Amino acid sequence: MQPQSQAGPRTLLSRFTALTDAFAYPLRTSHYLELVNPLWTTHALQAKVVSVWDETADARTITLKPGRNWRSHRPGQHLRVGVPIGGMHYTRTYSISSAPESEDETFTITVKAIGGGRMSHHLVRNIKPGDYLPIGVPQGDFYLPDANPVEPLFISAGSGITPIMSMLRSMVAQERLPHVTHIHYAPHTYDVIFGQELQALAAKHPRYQLHLIYTREPGETASQKRHFNPEILNSLCPDWGTRDTWACGPQGLLDTVEAHWHQAGVARQLRTERFRAQVAAAPKEVTAGTVRFTASGVTAASDGVINLLRLAEDQGLNPPHGCRMGICHGCDAKLTAGCVRDLRTNALLNEPGAIVQICVCAAAGDAELEV
Amino acid sequence: MTATRTSLKNLKGENAAIYAKAKKAMPKAPRLTKEQADAFGRELDALREGVLASRGAADAAYIRRIIALQRKLEVAGRATIYAGIVFPPALVVGSLTLGAAKILDNMEVGHNIMHGQWDWMRDPVIHSSKWDWDTAAPADQWKHSHNVEHHTWTNVVGMDKDVGYGILRMTEQEPWQPRHLLNPLNNALLATFFQYGVGVHDTGIAEVRSLKGLRKLSPANKAKLKAVWNKVKKQSLKDYVLFPALAGPFFAPVLAANIGANLTRNLWTYMIIFCGHFPDGVEQFTAESVKNESRGQWYLRQLLGSANIKGGKALHLASGHLSFQIEHHLFPDLPSNRYPALSKEVQKICAKYGLPYNSASLARQFGTTLKRVVKLGLPTKQDLKRTFAAAMA
Repeated sequence: MQPQSQAGPRTLLSRFTALTDAFAYPLRTSHYLELVNPLWTTHALQAKVVSVWDETADARTITLKPGRNWRSHRPGQHLRVGVPIGGMHYTRTYSISSAPESEDETFTITVKAIGGGRMSHHLVRNIKPGDYLPIGVPQGDFYLPDANPVEPLFISAGSGITPIMSMLRSMVAQERLPHVTHIHYAPHTYDVIFGQELQALAAKHPRYQLHLIYTREPGETASQKRHFNPEILNSLCPDWGTRDTWACGPQGLLDTVEAHWHQAGVARQLRTERFRAQVAAAPKEVTAGTVRFTASGVTAASDGVINLLRLAEDQGLNPPHGCRMGICHGCDAKLTAGCVRDLRTNALLNEPGAIVQICVCAAAGDAELEV
Repeated sequence: MTATRTSLKNLKGENAAIYAKAKKAMPKAPRLTKEQADAFGRELDALREGVLASRGAADAAYIRRIIALQRKLEVAGRATIYAGIVFPPALVVGSLTLGAAKILDNMEVGHNIMHGQWDWMRDPVIHSSKWDWDTAAPADQWKHSHNVEHHTWTNVVGMDKDVGYGILRMTEQEPWQPRHLLNPLNNALLATFFQYGVGVHDTGIAEVRSLKGLRKLSPANKAKLKAVWNKVKKQSLKDYVLFPALAGPFFAPVLAANIGANLTRNLWTYMIIFCGHFPDGVEQFTAESVKNESRGQWYLRQLLGSANIKGGKALHLASGHLSFQIEHHLFPDLPSNRYPALSKEVQKICAKYGLPYNSASLARQFGTTLKRVVKLGLPTKQDLKRTFAAAMA
């Protein structure tokens, strides 16, 4: 992945690199350093898999050593990880589960294999130490502020624990753990990612109040009742309305939490991190829809058959293009959201960020393109 | 496109008889009916889809391996050149090694990546929109003149600038003029400075015949020339100043070795590319003959307008698999490592439809290409009469 260009004072190193780059033109020194160690590159940020650790039956923590252009994260932030599957590059976003206060310049992500998730299955099952993965730099505004929150409330479910874990570990490492209430949901006891560490933390620090709720464990209460609801919240954390709250988990949980905080008029105290579905549902047959050309701010209705280049031109746009028959790639454009169908193969493309040949692709339902 | 079409029309107005004769020399009737061509096209489409569906980790590993090999060869070549300071024969070996690295960069890596052959990997670096190569042609200009013009209008005289590169007479459709006597000399110059010839291919400069014409060059073309110049400057700085300077007092031998490497690359790429569309048996087309061309007929034109070179694995790699020019023109965006296998299937389909498949040794293909260069540089009796009559008038 391309790291952001570094603005800043011209250091001695950057001057030296500018000189060596002249020797490497049109490539850069970095392209040749890559032959020796992929972590030395600056043109593409990569990370080496140092070790893997199984947290539960279907969740694995991967320790990564990032390349030179890495910058440390704030606890709670996520990053883009690229994984090659079948020679193709897929990108997903994962929260960093380690604290920034790491001594060996590594960080961890913790991935749970989700049903039907090709990428997460690959990460959990096939990635091994010694592999290199393209990564992005840490991003996102779901993180702990520099000023310690007074009495934070954490609500997490499933693999939504990962950014929260980074926050907890960071506060412990800095020896500034405040009074924390943490409500975590998992299907069963054995499904709790970081379960032992959380409980050890709770045993050691009385200020850390951990409430583990198992939604599918057999028991007296109907399982529906065990999901997040105001009664549980009131009993576990009566003063939730006055606390700074961080919540991370599946869509359903976050929707309920957000609605509840909004109703109480304290939505500003709530911060959420969503694991947005990156892959749009692929329609089974030709579907009409709306196409948004983001660069030109034009929206057009598509019958699902007309190619995107024609559609754009019918709206008075003039996207760059060449052969109009899918061979020259002169019309390549980035798909930012939605789904398109390759008119030649009927293959569906719904990966945000994918490059599509708009002269031979039609929208399948709604789509958004950088045109 | 409109400009070239008009010029073709003018040509017709000026020399209707010659144009008619040239047209007669073209295949009179299409080799296949429209229906046959469509069936032919469907079979090729099926081949294409077979490859699209089976691209995978092994293909991705192939291009990554070749890219790494190219960079290692380059480092090895330059190191060997420096060894030549103490052991002069190493200068030659180093120069050839660097030349080989530049050939790989030019053909199997650069040409094919910028064709979009590896875009399916969605790699952020190995992508047609991101790649640049160590030749004078700026990536965006080359992608236009090559991918759009040459590959869409292959061998259509007046629309495909690769037919003669604006300086050679490579088709009977172009009326002979006395300046064409220079065909062999211009050919040698183009071969020697091939990267610069390809570099300015998209700028319209090759069509300029006078100083006045040069001044009249459109602002867009001037901007393109400037982009070429910027690249040439940086390339020259690298090969002809920086690396030789690193050798201190041995500046000259290193410079010579670097010039040798670039020359090696130029001559080789020129030869391979000229063998693609000019050997005996390759057909050329008129703008009229491609009007309302169907996909099947487009495939047919690509087949009839291209020629393969027979050889071993090394030749195929060194030519960027353009030794499978036919397959490359049928499927310009399929990964090049698949062309050898595709070739067998294409030949079967050609046999089925009774179509020629032009494949021969490098000596035959290049020999007949040079023959064409010389032959079309010389006038026929009629050409002489016409030139004489024009001079009298």
